Amino acid sequence: MSTIAQDDTAQATREIMYREALNEALREEMLRDETVFLIGGGIAQRGGSYKVTVGLLDEFGPKRVIDTPISEASFTGMGVGAAITGMRPVVEILFVDFTSLIIDQIVNQAAKYRFMSGGNGRVPMVLRTQGGSGGSLAAQHSQSLEAWYYHAPGLKLVMPSTPYDAKGLLKSAIRDDDPVVFIEHKQLYMDKGEVPEGDYAIDLGVGDVKRAGKDVTIVAWSGMVRRALAAAEKLASQGIDAEVIDPRTLVPLDKGLILDSVRKTERLVIVQEAVRRGGVASDIASIVQQEAFDYLDAPIEIVAGKNTPIPFNAHLERASVPQEADIVEAVRRCTYVE
Amino acid sequence: MYSQQFLVRLYRTLYTIRVFETECIKLYRQGLIIGYFHPYLGEEAVATGVCAALRDDDYIVSTHRGHGHCIARGGEIRKMVAEVLGRQDGYCHGRGGSMHIADVTQGNIGANGIVGAGIPIGAGAGLGIRVRGTDQVAVAFFSDGACNNGVFAETLNMAAIWDLPVVFVIENNHYAVSSPVEEMTRIPDLYRRGEAYGVPSGPVDGNDVLAVYEKTKEAVEMCRRGKGPALIEAKTYRHGGHHVNDPGLYMPKERLERYKARDPVGIGRRFLLDPGGLAEQEVAAIEREVDQRMEEAIEFARNSAEPSVERFLEEVAQS
Repeated sequence: MSTIAQDDTAQATREIMYREALNEALREEMLRDETVFLIGGGIAQRGGSYKVTVGLLDEFGPKRVIDTPISEASFTGMGVGAAITGMRPVVEILFVDFTSLIIDQIVNQAAKYRFMSGGNGRVPMVLRTQGGSGGSLAAQHSQSLEAWYYHAPGLKLVMPSTPYDAKGLLKSAIRDDDPVVFIEHKQLYMDKGEVPEGDYAIDLGVGDVKRAGKDVTIVAWSGMVRRALAAAEKLASQGIDAEVIDPRTLVPLDKGLILDSVRKTERLVIVQEAVRRGGVASDIASIVQQEAFDYLDAPIEIVAGKNTPIPFNAHLERASVPQEADIVEAVRRCTYVE
Repeated sequence: MYSQQFLVRLYRTLYTIRVFETECIKLYRQGLIIGYFHPYLGEEAVATGVCAALRDDDYIVSTHRGHGHCIARGGEIRKMVAEVLGRQDGYCHGRGGSMHIADVTQGNIGANGIVGAGIPIGAGAGLGIRVRGTDQVAVAFFSDGACNNGVFAETLNMAAIWDLPVVFVIENNHYAVSSPVEEMTRIPDLYRRGEAYGVPSGPVDGNDVLAVYEKTKEAVEMCRRGKGPALIEAKTYRHGGHHVNDPGLYMPKERLERYKARDPVGIGRRFLLDPGGLAEQEVAAIEREVDQRMEEAIEFARNSAEPSVERFLEEVAQS
């Protein structure tokens, strides 16, 4: 990962899982700042469905690691109220699909409060949740809904793809004075990667080059990054050198990194797991065609989920979201290698 | 017994809310205020009595009908008038308007355009208090209409299981916009819902400022002792429609007249004379002083600049 290589002050690193990296970020921030507390369903005694909060109840006690009833709208609203009054809550919603229940508190309340109050008030809250397909969890537990939050002014939106990014970005999200929607990917929790032992933070709005290349730019985030990297390896064996860029935060978006890469490679493929219609990929494409039109040598390719609810059957599920072969094919199309 | 000073403070608040709303309605009719404007006329005693029982470091969360709460919590009326006129010197620099005035420094988390949404936010202030371990209290104001929103039930339950220092204040003005409470629920005594969640709950005459104060004081003390939450249903009545342009034709005249005869501002005024012991002319002097402050507030607001479009666009370009 280029980010680690660039960081001279990085402490000793070791390989840990994405979920462990998140756990470290929460633990270290709770030690650092006593206004940080966690609230969500099954996060305390059970340690979370994906074991992200394991051990934190024992260390910090039930006042700071709070199990809730299944009352998403209201415990999210309580996070908003606590944040306005000086706390830094991390609210966990088990699946991004369930955030349909909290849209009012996130979009009408948290996102707008600073603006509506004329800068009077702040909502330093993190909404942690996870999305994505790949486990036959069917249509209400597999969605990629980042576009909902991308669309709402006032929110920051983070979607880490590696353990290193997960830890550093979660720390920045917790320290941020504005509401941050932090969407993890359910297929990444067991992924391992190099992570420093101590404190480091990754600024929101700074993307990362996950693989340098010169022939084509592939922009991907969250669960699609490792798929894009796998596709890039396959393309390398076919003589196409792809650059893979992970914006890491969709809001703010590191436009500069994407545009610089496109100006170099002159070709762009954007990969999103979310459905094609109304997605973030379309917006990135519109930014690039407006700001780097003259550099493009081919139409921008978007590889996205089909416009369908996610099916239960594993074959159908795979067919509904981008696979490695779809990315390879799109790259070959825009590099005119058929 | 209440000190004269305390009764004067209550009446000054009641009367300020009355004058603020009455004068703003005039500004609305003149076209100076536009958009939605929900007057608190007829409900003044609820905000006044509740806020009188709070400390400076406590919190309140308000509603779309929020001017009264803001004033009772010590809000500056000149910044409020400027805001409802959409001016730069308003609380929100013209970004919020009537439904979004907040004054966090005064412990006022603010008004809200979404009915019921403030209930969990107010309880969240209570949750923060519990995490910090202080003896502050949070008050959530909301309406009979909001009681039929899911967050009411959810939040009441969570506040109960965590013993949060939160006082839930239902301002039962008998209408959810235009729908009478009796038609929207089988049990119009809304406080009884609190009992179902194990929350000490009771009704109070929402037009009697001293009754509201006493009831709230009791609830607040319970919360400070770690025995929260508590719920109060203040029974009151709007003196008009849902907003300035709603004539409220669905409100039976006879019932409106009955409530107007029990006008909360009039009741507070009588308390000043007895037991307060003030003379009629002393009360009139308080009223003149408030009238004058309101005139100055309107003058201030009218002279305040419109927010700069250029600066707004600069701010927006960065987000």
